[in-house]
Amino acid sequence: MATIAGGMKGRSILRRPTGTEGIWGWITTVDAKRIGVLYGVTALIFFIAGGLEALIMRVQLASPEQNITSPETFNQLFTMHGTTMVFLVIMPLNAAFFNFVMPLQIGARDVAFPRLNALSYWLFLFGGLFLHVSFIAAGPPDAGWFSYANLTERPFSPENGIDYWILSLQLLGVASVLSSLNFIVTIINLRAKGMSFMRLPVFVWMTFVVAFLLVLAMPVITIGLVLLMFDRFTGTSFFIPSGGGDPVLWQHLFWVFGHPEVYVLILPPMGMVSEILPVFSRKPLFGYKFVVLAGIFIGVTGFTVWSHHMFSVGLGPIANTYFATATFLVGVPTGVKIFNWIATLYKGKLTFETPMLFALAFVALFTIGGISGVMHASPPTDLQQTDTYFIVAHFHYVLFGGAIFGMMGGLYYWFPKVTGRMLNETLGKLHFWFMFIGANLAFFPMHFSGMAGMPRRIYTYDSDLGVGWLNMISTVGALIMGASFLFLVYNILHSLKKGKAAGNDPWDGHTLEWSVSSPPPIHNYDEIPTVRSNRPYWDQKHPELAEHGVPPPPPAPRKNKHIALPSPSYWPIVLAAGMTIAAFGALYHETILPVLPIGLSIAVIATYAWVLEPPIAKQAEGHH
Amino acid sequence: MPRTRLTLKGVDLRERPLPNRDSRSTMSFNKLSPRRLAILTLTAALLLLVTACLPDRPQSTFGPEGKIARDQLHLFQFIFWIAVIVFVAVEGVLVYFIFKYRRKAGDTTLPPQIHGNNRLEIAWTILPVFILAAIAIPTYRTIADHKDPPEGDALKVEVIGHQWWWEFRYPDLGVVTANEMHIPINKTVVVDLESQDVIHSFWIPKLAGKTDVVPGRINVMWLVADKEGNYYGQCAELCGLAHAQMRFRVISHTQENFDKWVKGQTTAPPQPAANSAAARGAQTFVTKGCLACHTISGPDAPGVQEGRAQGFEQGRAVFPAPNLAYFGDRGTMAAGLFDLTEDRLAKWLQDPDELKPGNRMAELAQAYADPGSKLSDADIEALVAYLMSRQAVKN
Repeated sequence: MATIAGGMKGRSILRRPTGTEGIWGWITTVDAKRIGVLYGVTALIFFIAGGLEALIMRVQLASPEQNITSPETFNQLFTMHGTTMVFLVIMPLNAAFFNFVMPLQIGARDVAFPRLNALSYWLFLFGGLFLHVSFIAAGPPDAGWFSYANLTERPFSPENGIDYWILSLQLLGVASVLSSLNFIVTIINLRAKGMSFMRLPVFVWMTFVVAFLLVLAMPVITIGLVLLMFDRFTGTSFFIPSGGGDPVLWQHLFWVFGHPEVYVLILPPMGMVSEILPVFSRKPLFGYKFVVLAGIFIGVTGFTVWSHHMFSVGLGPIANTYFATATFLVGVPTGVKIFNWIATLYKGKLTFETPMLFALAFVALFTIGGISGVMHASPPTDLQQTDTYFIVAHFHYVLFGGAIFGMMGGLYYWFPKVTGRMLNETLGKLHFWFMFIGANLAFFPMHFSGMAGMPRRIYTYDSDLGVGWLNMISTVGALIMGASFLFLVYNILHSLKKGKAAGNDPWDGHTLEWSVSSPPPIHNYDEIPTVRSNRPYWDQKHPELAEHGVPPPPPAPRKNKHIALPSPSYWPIVLAAGMTIAAFGALYHETILPVLPIGLSIAVIATYAWVLEPPIAKQAEGHH
Repeated sequence: MPRTRLTLKGVDLRERPLPNRDSRSTMSFNKLSPRRLAILTLTAALLLLVTACLPDRPQSTFGPEGKIARDQLHLFQFIFWIAVIVFVAVEGVLVYFIFKYRRKAGDTTLPPQIHGNNRLEIAWTILPVFILAAIAIPTYRTIADHKDPPEGDALKVEVIGHQWWWEFRYPDLGVVTANEMHIPINKTVVVDLESQDVIHSFWIPKLAGKTDVVPGRINVMWLVADKEGNYYGQCAELCGLAHAQMRFRVISHTQENFDKWVKGQTTAPPQPAANSAAARGAQTFVTKGCLACHTISGPDAPGVQEGRAQGFEQGRAVFPAPNLAYFGDRGTMAAGLFDLTEDRLAKWLQDPDELKPGNRMAELAQAYADPGSKLSDADIEALVAYLMSRQAVKN
């Protein structure tokens, strides 16, 4: 270490920065907690964009035969809404919690590869911005979030919007795979002493499962995207029938990724809810092992059901029967989870602070999404429901009623840990009730508009269909839901300055993160605690009830003890920028060729600098 | 009138003393009233919505008028009632627990620290398996039942999806038409689905669920209509700009009327009288280049539409367009979008993009792409007269 650092002496560019203050502190940070905050703030900003897109669509659909948006704009809106909500809101919000909470919960000081973690964030940010540049540069993509080929091929989509979509997803995919590998290594290697796998908090377990899902699923869509890129840029015909290609191949590649992706979105909020319900019931999670195993089973099964998105494609009765059966099977572990959450309440002493309200609503609404899911797991009924508003209702119950409600619970639950201040309870409850009523008004009638024959992805519908009033209710609900987030935004801004001080442990928490200060010190723990159960901090507070006894309290930290933390680094953001510039270059390779090699060169230089810079800044050694 | 005797094990039920219903129900209502009321209201609301509001709507899946759609609805209803039971049970227990286990004010003691119960876990792992098996069995049956059309005489129709309209070919009858599919009632109709551009999805909610129309492959589905009717259909897979307006109708006739329709479609319509507006329209149709995409007499020759589709992909200003040989007989225009009237047709010819944004005619046709070829009011009047005159000889 010393030799490498010494060898670099005098080359200022390879000297690692030390400051953690100001904007440069954030740009060069490699601290998982700060990266978590960056993910969270960025995702919430994208959430506003995706939400406004939804509201414009709902206004257009409020009554039949309206012309508030053109069909072109409408197609762009639902494409951007879906892509944004999946890739730029729910996934990064989950990543925010992974980064902030997971290392704390396992008793680690950081993730295994801090700079890689920073790279993941910057790639996510640039990938998201890259997609949004299409609003100015080309007109956004308009083929839906699953962008079925061959509608996405040049003859039918000559504009660059699709190219922005393809390249943006590639950047986001790299970000996801890198961060997932990072989390896997972190969870395997950096657990506190005694924290065996069956003592991991459920949220950490779900992080672990999701990381595997992403590492396995992302390459599949990457292949699809590369093939589509070849088709569009170089004239191959992987998905073009007249050239011997097959558009259905795209659907398989997309959904082999896309279905696990749905579990990528929902499993982490399931983990959050599994943390919140016990704390506010003042009991352990009912059936911990079964909740964990059900999560693993859902994750594995996620890879075996993709063609239930394709029952109408004509794969034949045998394939449809198989995929229906596999899909039914997913209902079993999902049921097990729901039953265990409800059983956690049994004989508890429940209080209804905002995180608990969101967690309970998660269980209630996710159950509805699960039940409607079983309805179209059956191919004959699905053939009437697929591509209608029934499906839109279903996946919004899962992804909004489920994922977003769960994550809002997580936000109210961990905000005090992140900021040191409580969010306001009254505003939180207003947010909750507006969101709960709005979401149900918006999404429940969609079941009926779908069954009444309203297809999804249509910018207008005939008044003959008789679904105008159902759509009006949905629109009113959506507006109420939109309004609910004003309470959240105000609450966050207000509480950051004036919120009540949180203290270490405002909720009487179970897990290790509540044992340190709020916000936690940069190194998380002075001494890494020893763990004997899956409620290590609760055991410390209630030694008489601890199942496996309480480990001796950690020795008082030695004064001036040196805790080695990696220094900040410039190179993650530079590498991410290089890759993004290269993506622009690829997009405009026909007009401005040099941009591609320039971007790649920046990326390569950044990689070399990354490798060669010292692990710890000279100036920082001996601190702490 | 002789009284029918209701008996059970030889005891006349009417003579048995009835339990005091009133007192019983009031009792249970007092006990659980807010929760029970909520559940009852919810169930009633669901029922009302499902049964009362929807079956009459033209695209409602609750009003099937053919075997396939009816089987699909029956299966749905079966699953639906199981779902209602699961929903009420799960949400009921959840809500009950939320009320029951609220912490009392001032109570700071801990509840019993229950970690789980293995028997319960096994029970509620197995229970969903049975429920799902109950759903799976009729599912498999319906899949198998719908796999092949029933033996016997069937009408064959080739359906070709285009951006953004539907072509219907009857290979055994020598008929080609667009956007309105005519079929006989009580006869199996076997449909071959093909696309010449992107993926579409063929859906007639009251007759059959969706089957995708995928370029490069032929999907086969079948349907039967029970009675005479005019059914709404719509493309259900995003297929580009005018996807929302890629609709169609299915018109079912008695066999006799269907045969009459076929006969009309295979007899050439009379030529317009000399010097009539229609005759001028026939001229305009040629000079303005409409023929490049629209066939105006008889079925399209083999390969013609395919040629137009390929031309488009290679960047030429052509696209497969509806056969107009018997256009005046249609009830609707612009792919099921409007009732066909002379006014509407004139408006369409003036500015197709106004009525159906994004359509290929507005984009590609010489009359709209090239300002020099713009249709005059007289051209439009003549074209309307000509197109409306394209009718089968009435017999």
